[in-house]
Amino acid sequence: MDDVFLLSRLQFAANISFHILFPSITIALGWFLFYFKLRFNLSHHPVWMRIYRFWVKIFALSFAIGVVTGITMSFQFGTNWPGYMERVGNIAGPLLGYEVLTAFFLEATFLGIMLFGIHRVPSWLHTLATLLVAIGTTLSAFWIIALNSWMQTPTGFEMRDGVAHAIDWWSIIFNPSFPYRLSHVLLASGLTAAFLIAGISAYRIIRGDNKKAPRLALKTAIYAASFLIPLQIFVGDLHGLNTLEHQPQKVAAMEGVWETKQGVPLLLFAIPDEKNRTNHFEIAIPKVTSMILTHDPNGEVQGLNDFIGEHPPVAPVFYSFRIMIGVGVLMLAIAWFSSYKLLRNKHLTNTHLYALIAMTFSGWLATLAGWYVTEIGRQPYLVSGILKTSEAVTDIAPENVVFSFTLYILVYLVLMVAYLHTLFLMARKAVQIEEIQPEELIKLNPSSTSQPREGI
Amino acid sequence: MFADQDLPIIFAGLMALSIIVYAILDGYDLGVGILLPLENDKQADQMIASIGPFWDANETWLVLAVGLMLIAFPSAHSVILKALYIPTAFMLIGLILRGVAFDFRAKVAQVNKHRWNQVFKLGSVITSCSQGYMLGSFVMGFESSLTAYLFASLSALGVTCAYALIGSGWLILKTTEDLQLKAIEWAKFSGKISFVGILAVCVVNPLINQFVFERWTTAPFAYFVVIIPFACFTLLFVGHLVLKQLPLKNDSGCWLPFMIIVVVYLFCFCGLAFSFYPYVVPGQLTIWQAASAPESLRFILYGALVVIPCILAYTVFSYRVFWGKVEDLRYY
Ligand code: HDD
Ligand code: HEM
Ligand code: HEM
Repeated sequence: MDDVFLLSRLQFAANISFHILFPSITIALGWFLFYFKLRFNLSHHPVWMRIYRFWVKIFALSFAIGVVTGITMSFQFGTNWPGYMERVGNIAGPLLGYEVLTAFFLEATFLGIMLFGIHRVPSWLHTLATLLVAIGTTLSAFWIIALNSWMQTPTGFEMRDGVAHAIDWWSIIFNPSFPYRLSHVLLASGLTAAFLIAGISAYRIIRGDNKKAPRLALKTAIYAASFLIPLQIFVGDLHGLNTLEHQPQKVAAMEGVWETKQGVPLLLFAIPDEKNRTNHFEIAIPKVTSMILTHDPNGEVQGLNDFIGEHPPVAPVFYSFRIMIGVGVLMLAIAWFSSYKLLRNKHLTNTHLYALIAMTFSGWLATLAGWYVTEIGRQPYLVSGILKTSEAVTDIAPENVVFSFTLYILVYLVLMVAYLHTLFLMARKAVQIEEIQPEELIKLNPSSTSQPREGI
Repeated sequence: MFADQDLPIIFAGLMALSIIVYAILDGYDLGVGILLPLENDKQADQMIASIGPFWDANETWLVLAVGLMLIAFPSAHSVILKALYIPTAFMLIGLILRGVAFDFRAKVAQVNKHRWNQVFKLGSVITSCSQGYMLGSFVMGFESSLTAYLFASLSALGVTCAYALIGSGWLILKTTEDLQLKAIEWAKFSGKISFVGILAVCVVNPLINQFVFERWTTAPFAYFVVIIPFACFTLLFVGHLVLKQLPLKNDSGCWLPFMIIVVVYLFCFCGLAFSFYPYVVPGQLTIWQAASAPESLRFILYGALVVIPCILAYTVFSYRVFWGKVEDLRYY
């Protein structure tokens, strides 16, 4: 039983971690594509179409992986967490159902038109299809985050014979942590996509791509990131304050606070030791945690010792939180410095470009770290205060889970290698193609083969 | 508007609808994958182009079916998926492989393209075999006996063949020239096997499954049970005659095989549904025992009534946009 429990947790965590990598790209990349297409419609400058065409391919690839790993997710509830559906299925079911009905069909259907329909429908309809796909991915985030937030801060229901029954759907969906979590996740997606675009474009430039497209894409992405990152930090702070109100044990684990006390310092680094309930090698700034959490340098912060047996494992939450914040601060520094240089029309040096390449997948890192804080921080509960994770697990033979888990891991490893390989392969291919592509000549000027004017 | 005791029936109906729509839609694109000729890259390209704009939406019907089961019959969802744990894992792996192969093959250099074609075909075969196996074990009430395993394996073959059949019907509709001729041959071949398969199920199923036997021999279901195989055999026979005439001038009638196969699918599905109604887990759980709370069902039902017509509308729209014979697969 214990084996199945551990294995199911590992399998679920592996599956969802792999799944979220791709939505976190596609949600915002959809909006970037819409923006590129709009710019093209407004200016008719082919460079926007080139950017669109390059990124729509990456979108299609990421989307496909997002879809198939997502289908896996929807089976996981039944195969590994039957107790979950039996106890809270009345709430989880309809939210997942609305996700399928309002989001998945929309994005899947219009994706076909967006990817293959450009010559078959009028341009405005193609733009509309692009917009609908972006709306679809965002809607799906809306519903799934509503469910996840409800699991963190459940409201609007009552328990009858151990089974949750909905009383107020409005407060189930708009539960206390939902607005913060949704904004934080959407911004995270924006940053993930922005740094991906910036990184791959920088890679193309380093590889000797002198065309306009990668430079313009890089600029767009950097400006977007510079705009989004302060918002993200602001929202993150509000999110933390909200968590303090509803899940104080999670915040205590994030900050590594064992004893309830006043004037709590901010730990830049430490090694939490759960056995002896203390930290080693602390590097701390006095009173800052109290300042952040209570807006008073001498404010009181509840410690983990108030929640013995009811708090999450400390080390993974503590480290993950620091990774997320660290990446966030790094993003701020890089994005603003790059914007500063771009605004002053300075050339980005090679070192600078390499730094952007290094940051290509920083969004993934921060996103995963953030989810680990959230999800591990909810333990030992699956639904805060209602359902313990151990009560929900399946009772099938552990060998079955070992088998499926091994299979998933193998497939995911191969996929990850193939994905990264293809991404950079596409970038290298794009370096070699000509500035003006043959289709453009025909489209822009059907009767002649002369070069179109490069305006703007 | 809806009485509490009607809700499970309505949801069973919605679930049945999404399963049959899934079987038809993803059936044809899985079938195309099963048939993919590895030795002819050009035809492989055309075949994949014919399903390019649709496969993702087709698969969403599976998500809807599982979702509806999760929403309306949560306890059945866990019983079924626990019993089918391993075949489900295989099916998901199959779906992952074909979904990603579809996209990777278009974006990599020619050498690897061939390998991704293989992955696409393999994924399609794994998916259809595991779905057939799941159907077989479901029909056998998840028994673990030798007969049950044999029946499930037979069903794996049967479903794979049925998908190949509808896949060739789709290709006859969407392609021309050599590929269309090839598809007609495929359809003839898989049509014959499907004929044998349906016959086998009609004979074997009541013999090894007490529950089905009783159902098939008592009125009123017995009447349907007589009509259904009869109708299927007639249709398959007519289909065979049609295939012999194809291709006609101006390609008229190219849509006939596909339509006939869809009707055969509908009959077979009704046959299954009649055999098991009102059970969601044969012999164990009826739809009323498995249903979730009425307030949750009602909440999703109102939404579904608004959204499903929209989904149907834009699905039809998307088929209109890609009407006619396939063009080369081009990404933009
Ligand atoms: C923040 C966003 C987010 C999160 C936390 C999740 N998903 Fe997801 N999911 C998406 C955002 C998304 C998306 C952006 O809508 C995807 C990714 C690419 C795509 O095609 O749609 C998607 C695809 C996707 C699909 C395929 C949809 C289709 O056929 O088009 C399914 C079935 C799921 N997901 C199910 C899940 C489940 C059961 C989750 C949690 C346990 C989950 N997702 C977490
Ligand atoms: C998308 C980003 C997500 C990531 C990266 C993620 C990650 C994780 C991780 C690491 C665990 C294991 C925690 C532990 O056992 O210590 C977990 C547990 C879980 N999460 Fe999430 N999660 C995400 C979103 C969601 C969503 C949207 C849902 C449901 C609506 C969800 C439902 C669950 C469930 C049911 C468990 C139970 C397994 C367990 O507690 O071990 N997760 N998740
Ligand atoms: C630097 C400032 C940031 C702060 C103060 C911050 C704060 C937080 C907090 C407090 C949580 C946990 C909330 C809970 O579980 O109740 C969280 C979760 C999360 N963070 Fe951050 N964050 C920051 C930066 C980032 C960045 C840069 C990203 C990604 C690009 C990111 C992505 C996430 C994600 C995906 C989650 C999990 C989902 C959620 O609960 O919102 N965060 N963040």
